[in-house]
Amino acid sequence: MAQELATFTRPLAKDASSALSTEDLRVHYGAKEALHGVSLNFERHKITSLIGASGSGKSTYLRSLNRMNDTIATAQITGKIMYRNVNINLPQVDVYEVRKHIGMVFQRPNPFSKSIRDNITFALERRGLKDRQKLAEIVEQTLKQASLWEQVKDDLDKSALALSGGQQQRLCIARALAMKPDILLMDEPASALDPISTANIETTMQELKKDYTIIIVTHNMQQASRISDYTAFFHMGQMIEFDQTRRIFTRPQVQLTENYVSGHFG
Amino acid sequence: MNPKRTDKIATTIIYVMATTIVVILIALLLYIFFAGIKTINWHFLTGAAKSFQAGGGIGAQLFNSLYLLVLSMLISLPLALGIAIYLSEYASAQKVAALIRSMIEVLSSLPSIVVGLFGFLVFVINFHLQFSILSGALTLTIFNLPLLVRGIEDALQTVSNSQREAGLALGLSKWETVTHVIIPECLPGIITGVILAAGRVFGEAAALIYTAGQSAPPLNFSNWNILSLTSPLNPFRPAETLAVHIWKVNSEGLIPDATAVSAGSSLVLVVVVLIFNILARYLGNKLYKRLTGE
Repeated sequence: MAQELATFTRPLAKDASSALSTEDLRVHYGAKEALHGVSLNFERHKITSLIGASGSGKSTYLRSLNRMNDTIATAQITGKIMYRNVNINLPQVDVYEVRKHIGMVFQRPNPFSKSIRDNITFALERRGLKDRQKLAEIVEQTLKQASLWEQVKDDLDKSALALSGGQQQRLCIARALAMKPDILLMDEPASALDPISTANIETTMQELKKDYTIIIVTHNMQQASRISDYTAFFHMGQMIEFDQTRRIFTRPQVQLTENYVSGHFG
Repeated sequence: MNPKRTDKIATTIIYVMATTIVVILIALLLYIFFAGIKTINWHFLTGAAKSFQAGGGIGAQLFNSLYLLVLSMLISLPLALGIAIYLSEYASAQKVAALIRSMIEVLSSLPSIVVGLFGFLVFVINFHLQFSILSGALTLTIFNLPLLVRGIEDALQTVSNSQREAGLALGLSKWETVTHVIIPECLPGIITGVILAAGRVFGEAAALIYTAGQSAPPLNFSNWNILSLTSPLNPFRPAETLAVHIWKVNSEGLIPDATAVSAGSSLVLVVVVLIFNILARYLGNKLYKRLTGE
């Protein structure tokens, strides 16, 4: 049984509109409960950081939001995930459709071994978009959004695997944006990158925030405090505290959060 | 004995052992080459086999081997692809997958003569397919399937899981991810596996003796009527392959130049199998470079 921990969740401001919310979201791997009922509300066009030590359940939670945990045979996800007034955690929901609206960028850059252009257009073409002109526009637009256009505009037919790690990650962001998602989930997108690439990605995220709602898992507390509007702290499969980022880092309401953000553990 | 000395001795012994395999292969190839090269000429490669006199060729046998290979690949490749994709991508019940895998292991360890006799009973006798290319191709499929499945599954498994996630996270279905992300990614590996299996099948004799038959009716390469006995494309005609021919002239052949014919045939067989192997490596590397843009 999970031990009872003190928790604190500050609701979003009254005029804030919600892009996504969860109610009592639980994840079981076999008989073991890995996530103990998380209820959170994500504000539109804001960045929310999920922080916590390894194994705290933050990645498990993030991967539940676009139903990626469905791919794990032993995983069982219960509770509600509300997106546009629909509970997308129901078996009859088309997960492929969900993932078009809720895009994802992974910890390690995972471009396809195709050309830079094809990495972006491939999924669109599978969706039936054949118009060359339109596809070219989307390639340019998304690469610009991911701040990669200037570096690769002359090499669009080159293999994506020839790019550096940071460039590959930005290509993965562009690829996710091409599907025109509402929400972008990022699972430690900068943890495999050098500081300069990390800074580039963070700048990119600030730009993206105008059009997208971003939920990011990060190990790096400086990063969370730099980039995010809201922060949720996870500990041992439980969501301990959710608040505006500056409050989490300056005046947390729960002792455990205070211990974590001041570096006492984790 | 000090550790340095022990290491030196062990290294030497291991080197000698490793050299053995090289020596065996080279000795074998050299022997086959020099024994067979005298017989090889255009007439031998394209001419018809003789039953009693010297100077027969292996044209029909060579064609039969290739045709049988193509036909059995046409049957076994789609099957193997399906099985491998199931095992690697879809099998969620690990017990079922493990059961299928162990069945494939057993199937691949069956002696080929046993598979051949099974093919004889089932395809030749029971399904009235007679001694024919089709019987042979179906029997070879049984023989070939485990090799192909394992080769393709291994290739699929080399693709990182992050590629599957990338596809799914873009809203692609599992099938789209498999066919448009995973398979292109490991296509070089799949092709290598297929060609290597083809090499094994090409040299197979025991499974074909009682299925494709031991006689090679003369072929007329201008006859395109696939139901005619002399048409090379007729899948219902008996067809002695190169490997079966080698066995036949040595065991019950009546031709005076049996030694020369079998030596020449062996050389052709080995060269073709070598070409398959080299082709597998070459194509695999080339495709990989092209796909990854290195």
